[in-house]
Amino acid sequence: MSLIDIAFYFFAILIIASAYIVVTSKNIMYSAFALLFTFFGVAGIYVLLNADFLAITQIVIYIGGILVLIIFGVMLTNRITGVDIKTGTMSKFQIWMTAILCVIAAIGLILIFTQTNWNTALSPTKASTIEDIGTLLLTDYLIGFEIASVLLLIAIIGAALIARRKTN
Amino acid sequence: MEHNFIYNLINSDIVAIIAIILLPLIFVLIYALIAILGELKIASFVQERLGPMRTGPWGIIQPVAEVVKLIQKEDITPAAADKKLFNLAPYIMFVGAFAAFAVIPFGPAFVPADINLGLFYLFAVGAFAIIGIVMGGWASNNKYSLLGAMRSAAQIISYEIPAGVALLAIASLAGSLNLNEIIESQSGWFWNWYLFGGDGPIWKIFVIPFTLILFIIFLVSTLAETNRTPFDIPEGESEIVAGYHTEYSGIKFAMFFFAEYANMFVVSALITILFLGGWNSPFGDFMSGPIWGAFWFILKAFFFVFVQIWLRWTLPRLRVDQLMYMGWKVLVPFSFVCFFAIAFWAMVK
Repeated sequence: MSLIDIAFYFFAILIIASAYIVVTSKNIMYSAFALLFTFFGVAGIYVLLNADFLAITQIVIYIGGILVLIIFGVMLTNRITGVDIKTGTMSKFQIWMTAILCVIAAIGLILIFTQTNWNTALSPTKASTIEDIGTLLLTDYLIGFEIASVLLLIAIIGAALIARRKTN
Repeated sequence: MEHNFIYNLINSDIVAIIAIILLPLIFVLIYALIAILGELKIASFVQERLGPMRTGPWGIIQPVAEVVKLIQKEDITPAAADKKLFNLAPYIMFVGAFAAFAVIPFGPAFVPADINLGLFYLFAVGAFAIIGIVMGGWASNNKYSLLGAMRSAAQIISYEIPAGVALLAIASLAGSLNLNEIIESQSGWFWNWYLFGGDGPIWKIFVIPFTLILFIIFLVSTLAETNRTPFDIPEGESEIVAGYHTEYSGIKFAMFFFAEYANMFVVSALITILFLGGWNSPFGDFMSGPIWGAFWFILKAFFFVFVQIWLRWTLPRLRVDQLMYMGWKVLVPFSFVCFFAIAFWAMVK
């Protein structure tokens, strides 16, 4: 087993174990903090796939942005409402429905996995992906890139407008 | 692997990787002792007293005594605290601080990991500090800890924006996110440093004011990101006891403390890399080379650690609203202006 394999299994076990905690934990704060390890493990898998830019973006956006937002949301709403937010127990009907849906999803995933013609590269062809990503974003995918940036700008202005102190 | 002498020294890959990981760790341990001594001695110099004098000659063994004291102290977990998260938080903090050392180029011959996205990576691992602080503050089940954690998270997120814009401006000047390439593009005499506009014709005097302002913006934002005075609002002892580490004691408090000192070095190293030419000698080819490179890098970084300690004992603490005013209404607009000017210069150069 090479170092890459060891790293892959480490990250895979980390993702699965922490994702299990996210889903099953009764304490919603544990779920939120377990997401940290899930996101980190996914970033690790991206590194092993030679997607360096994607890995670091994963850390910046998911750990630095979304996770902090989730934690703040849980932390601030938990005590204010006076009700302890906990993941409730499920009824028999819910469990059966979930089980059926999960089996269907699993069959679908396995079918996709076996049917798809995967393009595999024998060795890493690029030292870094960032130059190609930058060039593509500003040439072929310029419109999508610009729409996303305008959307984010609107979201920022909207947030500032909502948060602004009412003068009257 | 040309930027790493250990690979040439050791044949086995696994042993080489372990050595590469251990070297910065040993460096951080030694550096933390020096920084603690510096903190004690500079504080006493500023306050016109002698400081610790009894442990060893002029008290230079005092930091060792401090560390031994912290390690052997009783490790208390409050009864109402969330034990799992309370115990995990110091480790997350330390991982975040130490992860940054993976890309810091200590010299032309030693970069732990010479990745192309070094600058972006350094910016990213800062996220772990926020999570660690919020985790510790929430798990302590103490209102002061929670207030401190929330203040800290708000402060770090606010000041990441001007710092990030400053990083972008320097990246556009250097045309790279690789820390070693950014340093190499500043080689030559000290006027080639990005503090003085970088390498270029005489017309670069028009861009020098912008890089100087950007340098000040970056210095202030990094001070705020490490929660040091005048931005130590998250641990303001007159308001919220000690902020997010109020309930921590013994070895876990030491880990928070250690992470803070490691972060101080990381931001000082970042300032050195971006604005002061990293491991380049200020005098062109004079006194340059792998070992001199490490010497210059550590000297420059230690100077900024000294500046941080000096400012801590000189300036009073800001108020929360002053902090937010400064971050959003002063630093962010000025950093945008500097970014546009520097990006324009990078285009026409």
